[in-house]
Amino acid sequence: MKKVMMGNHALSFGAKLARSRVIAAYPITPQTQVVELLSEMCADGSLDAKFIKVESEHSAMAACIGASVAGARTFTATSAQGLALMHEMLHWAAGGRHPVVMGNINRSMAPGWSIWADQNDSLSERDTGWMQYYCASNQEVVDTVIQAFKVSEALMIPAMVILDAFALSHTYEVVDVPDQELVDRYLPPFKPAIKLTPDDPRAFGGLTGSEHYMELRYKLQKDMEKAPALIEETGREFAKAFGRHLGLLDAYRCDDAEFVFITSGTAGYTARAAVDDLRAAGVRAGNLRIKVFRPFPFAQVREALRNVKKAAVVDRNCSYGAHGIFYQEVKSAVYGEAGAPPILGYVAGLGGRDITVDSFKEVAAHAMSKERADEEIVWIGVKK
Amino acid sequence: MRQKKAKKIVFKSAEEMPLMICSVGDQTHNRTGAWRNIRPEIDLGKCIQCGICWKFCPEPSIDIVDEWPVIDYDYCKGCGICAEECPSKCIVMVEERK
Repeated sequence: MKKVMMGNHALSFGAKLARSRVIAAYPITPQTQVVELLSEMCADGSLDAKFIKVESEHSAMAACIGASVAGARTFTATSAQGLALMHEMLHWAAGGRHPVVMGNINRSMAPGWSIWADQNDSLSERDTGWMQYYCASNQEVVDTVIQAFKVSEALMIPAMVILDAFALSHTYEVVDVPDQELVDRYLPPFKPAIKLTPDDPRAFGGLTGSEHYMELRYKLQKDMEKAPALIEETGREFAKAFGRHLGLLDAYRCDDAEFVFITSGTAGYTARAAVDDLRAAGVRAGNLRIKVFRPFPFAQVREALRNVKKAAVVDRNCSYGAHGIFYQEVKSAVYGEAGAPPILGYVAGLGGRDITVDSFKEVAAHAMSKERADEEIVWIGVKK
Repeated sequence: MRQKKAKKIVFKSAEEMPLMICSVGDQTHNRTGAWRNIRPEIDLGKCIQCGICWKFCPEPSIDIVDEWPVIDYDYCKGCGICAEECPSKCIVMVEERK
C-alpha cells in the first residue's frame, strides 16, 4: 500500500511493521514526530507494544536495554543532544549485546543551538559498537528499520537508522508500505538465547576482570565483521520479498566512472543530479553513496574505487583538528592499495546549510584542478 | 537459598564465553557484607518501630520481623544511612573487628 509520509513517520511505520514490543522515549525537543505517532499507535491498539515515557534520553536507552534483555524487540528514537545524553547507555547496549534499534535524526550539535542537519551527532557515537545506517529516502528508512532488526538480532548488536533533519525527517515522500504478512515472514519474533526472566534469575553486565573483558570486545568486533555479508544477504532476501534491494553502498553510474563523488545521506541523491550534468558535459562521473558506516564496508569501497581515477568525499560533518569523518574512513580503505586514486576531502552543509547540485559542481571543479589532496579539508559554501 | 557460595568461572577461550556478561543464577551468593568496615547496631530499647531504617536502607538489608528491625549482616555494606536517618538515634555504627 502506498502512503505519503514524512521521514519521521517512516521510522514509526518501520518500528510498527517490525512489531516492536517496547518503545521508550523522552518526548521533548530534540525528539521528533517519530515517537508521537508510535505513542498514538500504542494508544489506539494498532501496535501491540508498551510505550514507556521517561524523563531523559539516558533513561530512554536504559529502559530499552532493560526491555531488550527481557527479550522484547525494542525501538526508540532521538536526535543530536538527546543522542549525546544517551552516550553512556549506548556503550551499555552494545557492550551488553542488546539489539535495540534506534532512529536518529541527524541534527547539528549545539551550541549554537540548532535543529538542522549535519552528522556530527551520530558520528560522535562512532566507537560505541552500534551499527549505523545512513538513509537517503523515506522508503529506505521504512525498509532499513525492518532489515536492521533482522541483522541486529542475528548478531546481537544494536543499530541506528539515521536520516537527515528536515531534508528527510520533515519531507513527505511516497512510500510503498511493506505488507505486514510479508514482513512477519521476513522478520520472525525476537528469541534471544539468554534473557532475563524470574524463572532463571541472572545479573547482567556485572564486574568483568581483565581475564575476560578483552575476549568480550574481541567477540563484538568479530560479530561486527560478519555484518557486511549479512547486510548484503538480508538485503537480497528483502529484494526477493519486497522488490527493493538494501545494500552497504549505493553506486550511481559508477561502472565506467573516472571521477566519483563519495557521499552519504540525502546529499547522496543530490549528487546524482550533479553526476548527470557532469556526464552531459563529457565528464565520466559517478556517485558512491555509503549507506552503512558501521561496520565500515572497507572491502566494498576498495572494490568500488578500483578503476576510478579520482574521488571526492563530501562530508556533512567534521572531526575538528582532523578531517571529514567519511573521508578518513575512505582513505584508510584504500591505504596501501597499488594504483589507489587520489582522494580529496570536502566539508559542506554543516548546520543544515543546503548541499545543492551547484555545491557538487564546485567540488568537481576543484577536484579536477588538483593532482592530489593538498589541504586537510576543502570547505564548500563557507563565507570565508 | 543463601548457602550458595560464589563460584568464579574462568573461560579458556572467547569461543566458549557467552556474548554477554551475566551471572549464572541470582546474586544471593554475592555476600556484600564482606565489604563492611563499620557495622550498624540497633538498641531495641530505644527503637520506636518507625520503619525509617528499613525504608532508607539502599541494599536492602533491613527486614522488619514481628515489627522490629533486623539487620542482615550477610549483605549490609555498612554505609551508615540507617544510623543517620534513625529519628530516635538507636542505631550506632561500630567498628568491625576482623
